[in-house]
Amino acid sequence: MNPTLKKLIGKIPENILEEANSLLPKGASASKIQKIADKLLEEYDYAKVAAGESVGIVSAESIGEPGTQMTLNTFHFAGVAEMNVTMGLPRIIEILDCRKKIKTPMMEIYLKSPYNKGKDIRKLALSIKETVFEEVTKEFLINIVESKVEIKLNKERLKELGLTLNNLITIIKKGAKGQIQNIKGDSDKITVKVKSKEENLNEVYKFKEKVRKVFVKGIKGIKQVLPVKRGEEFIIITAGTNLKKIFELNWVDKEKTISNDVIEIYDTLGIEAARQALINEVYKVIEAQGLNVDIRHIMLTADTMCTSGVMKGITRYGVVSEKSSVLARASFETPIKHIINAALIGEKDELNSVIENVMLNQAVPIGTGLPGLVTKEKESKK
Amino acid sequence: MNEVFINGKYSGTIENPGDFVKQIKQERRKGVISKNLNVFHDKKSNEIHISTSGGRARRPLIIVKDGIPLLTEKHIKQLQNNEITWSDLVDQGIIEYIDAGEEENALVSFDEKSLTPHHTHLEIDSVTMLGLTTSLVPFGNFNPSARLNAGSKNQKQALGFYASNFPIRLDMDVNLLHYPQVPIVNTIMHEISDYKHHPAGQNVVVAVMSYKGYNMEDAIVLNQGSIDRGLGRSTYYRPSLAEELRYSGGLMDEVTVPDKDIKGFKSEKDYRLLEGDGIIFPEAKVAEDDVIIGKTSPPRFLSGLDEYNLASSTRRESSVSLRHGEKGVIDFILLTENSEGNKLVAVRIRDQRIPEIGDKFTSRHGQKGVIGIIVPNSDMPFTTSGIVPDIIFSPHSIPSRMTVAHLLELIAGKTGSLSGRFVNGTTFNSESEEALREELLSLGFREDGSETMFDGATGLQYKSKIYVGNMYYMKLKHMVANKLHSRARGPIQLLTRQPTEGRAKEGGLRLGEMEKDTFIAHGASLLLKERFDSDRTVIPVSEETGIMGFYDTYNDKQMEPVSSETAEINDIEISYAFKLMLDEFKSLGIYPKLILKNKY
Repeated sequence: MNPTLKKLIGKIPENILEEANSLLPKGASASKIQKIADKLLEEYDYAKVAAGESVGIVSAESIGEPGTQMTLNTFHFAGVAEMNVTMGLPRIIEILDCRKKIKTPMMEIYLKSPYNKGKDIRKLALSIKETVFEEVTKEFLINIVESKVEIKLNKERLKELGLTLNNLITIIKKGAKGQIQNIKGDSDKITVKVKSKEENLNEVYKFKEKVRKVFVKGIKGIKQVLPVKRGEEFIIITAGTNLKKIFELNWVDKEKTISNDVIEIYDTLGIEAARQALINEVYKVIEAQGLNVDIRHIMLTADTMCTSGVMKGITRYGVVSEKSSVLARASFETPIKHIINAALIGEKDELNSVIENVMLNQAVPIGTGLPGLVTKEKESKK
Repeated sequence: MNEVFINGKYSGTIENPGDFVKQIKQERRKGVISKNLNVFHDKKSNEIHISTSGGRARRPLIIVKDGIPLLTEKHIKQLQNNEITWSDLVDQGIIEYIDAGEEENALVSFDEKSLTPHHTHLEIDSVTMLGLTTSLVPFGNFNPSARLNAGSKNQKQALGFYASNFPIRLDMDVNLLHYPQVPIVNTIMHEISDYKHHPAGQNVVVAVMSYKGYNMEDAIVLNQGSIDRGLGRSTYYRPSLAEELRYSGGLMDEVTVPDKDIKGFKSEKDYRLLEGDGIIFPEAKVAEDDVIIGKTSPPRFLSGLDEYNLASSTRRESSVSLRHGEKGVIDFILLTENSEGNKLVAVRIRDQRIPEIGDKFTSRHGQKGVIGIIVPNSDMPFTTSGIVPDIIFSPHSIPSRMTVAHLLELIAGKTGSLSGRFVNGTTFNSESEEALREELLSLGFREDGSETMFDGATGLQYKSKIYVGNMYYMKLKHMVANKLHSRARGPIQLLTRQPTEGRAKEGGLRLGEMEKDTFIAHGASLLLKERFDSDRTVIPVSEETGIMGFYDTYNDKQMEPVSSETAEINDIEISYAFKLMLDEFKSLGIYPKLILKNKY
């Protein structure tokens, strides 16, 4: 880098300096470069947000106002199959509230070569889909007299999934521990004698219901799979997520694969990834609605939610509960709770933030309310 | 097997539902069974519902047999000669009433032309699908349904001639249009509803054009000359009542000119219009705060001592006076007594309302708008024949709303007024547009209704032809005079010391939560403080205890009873709402201690 520009390190971010450096005209004189550097610094300072600018409320208004124009509760079809995604305002609320269980969890699984060219894509997709026992059966028959359950199997499905009778028996044994007295397999049916006190039909029925939902194959939580061609690449879109398990597969491109469940990303990849996912997800919704919100507003919101190192929703349990001022917390939902708790421990409000000062009708410490003028009174001669 | 229900109650089964229903209908028409009975055969679930209960909406239809309506020319002649009546037709089984259920089994023809052998009934007229006010919209079949709804809603709010005995009535909030007219373009419903005896609008000349932006966004431009000639002039009537109520202890109100020593005495000036009996005289010009009925009431609470000491009468002032911003002339005074035999005084105020900017007008097609400007007659555009429009209506109101009937009425009105006749615009049965255009052409006008016009201000000819014609316009009851409101200083609420709310209480306009946010977003901190200063208070606070005190006038010093004598007490300036909140905390057993500190 040019030494003149190098002096600016610390005043201007290095990536900007590097860009400037690459744009420097060839053979420019030192004085000219100095001029460029001065101008660069001037422009950079000019572009900075001024102290006392209420960036938070500007962000809130900038996201909130277009929110009023958003079509409520739109369901958008993601391409081909009957998979749908929560979009619009409900989705934004879901993300910003940091809901643990989102309405429509989804993953986009990118594949490593050669699978990303379409090799075995259907087989791979099917292999991660969660299969429960019910899906490989044709019917359940209950023999009341012998308290036995007879399960007829769907052979074609078994073949598709590459499962054998013995596999199934072990799975059932594991899934319904302690309920089985003895289990027998016979080509296309499994007979289970249920452990029960004499003639207790209830036990048999309970076993039947339990065994239906026993997990057989695939990855837990993945309800639907859909191989799609995106651009040149084949990817798998899923309904339901399980990033942790997906990352364990060796044919998955771990760098590109993504879930739309921000909390899950936080759990598996950490806070920085979660922040980025948050920004991406919110921006995706706003973009899909054809609205225009500067990404920096969303970034600021994401930052507020992530600064503590833990994901915090913009709710009374999340970000708002972190506020230091009692009055500020009380002004946002459940005031009695905050006032009573503050009274119990004798909390002190320093009146440092905006909302408390609005309550007291004092100048809020923002914009024109920030600077003060201090003069020294002349000492009287007496 | 079909189940039969009578008024929703199961009452048996029937083998042959078709014949059963047919027989019921036949016998009803013959008069063997009640005309109030309806049958509904639900063929999907094999159920027959017979209804005889009240509260069902039923409508009359002409019965059709083999594609021929039972109502013939003969019947119509007899009706015209008053030989038979409506109920005769019903009795004879020519017309029958059908409810929503039976309608499901009927095939009703919309008009006589489209009758087929499959039809069971015929509409008496095509307009019967519309209600009374909706059928008052001319050429309604050329409008979208939403506009028809809007049009009929607007007509209900129009000022007109509501009752011919209005001079002796004491209706609340009533308006009377001064020169009401019968519409040139009318419908059959105008005749049926006797519209000419209670008209609600005026025929005006409308030019469809823009006027210097003063008729943007549904505004209209009005001609000052037309207003001077009486267009849209109306009178607003409002009665005020006062009763001499009796209270316990033989005390009662008294209608009189209040004495000066009375509690709450207003001012000599406010009572100046009252006559000796305490009531204002007719035709007195009154304005806000003027007392129209002087009245005094006994004191509200009598303590034990006062009851025997009536000499020191502390009667209260309880006169009726004009509201804030109200003006008018005393129109009518009524002296009577109420059901308990107490004196009752009613005074009616009248106020002439000449159209002004902001008053609302509408055509019959849901094309309502407020006056944007009133233009002097001389500055209005005029046609080659010297016609000056009364109203200039913006063409931008047309495309998105698709009120084609609005345009048709204009051309029909023009034709009607030029040839001196009424034009029939009944929905589905109106005069044809072609015929109207032809007639207009024969009257020496352009058949498309447009005319060459000139700018009244410059005298220059407009480059394009302007669509002008006559329309029926109505003045709506929403007038600015009843809505205009502003406040600089004014009354405050007792509890919060914040400004009152609403026009009636001369209230402030709330700067709400979101508006507050915009101030913060702009960083206009001090401006925000100033806007919220309406309940600003100065309160002495003890430095020792942090509790709010008061100013002790007797000792001429600030006080805070909990603190020691020597405690330093300083004034702070906060919003009264916050002071109130601290007081509420105290009532909850929470000690809100204010720690004072110099700002700088």
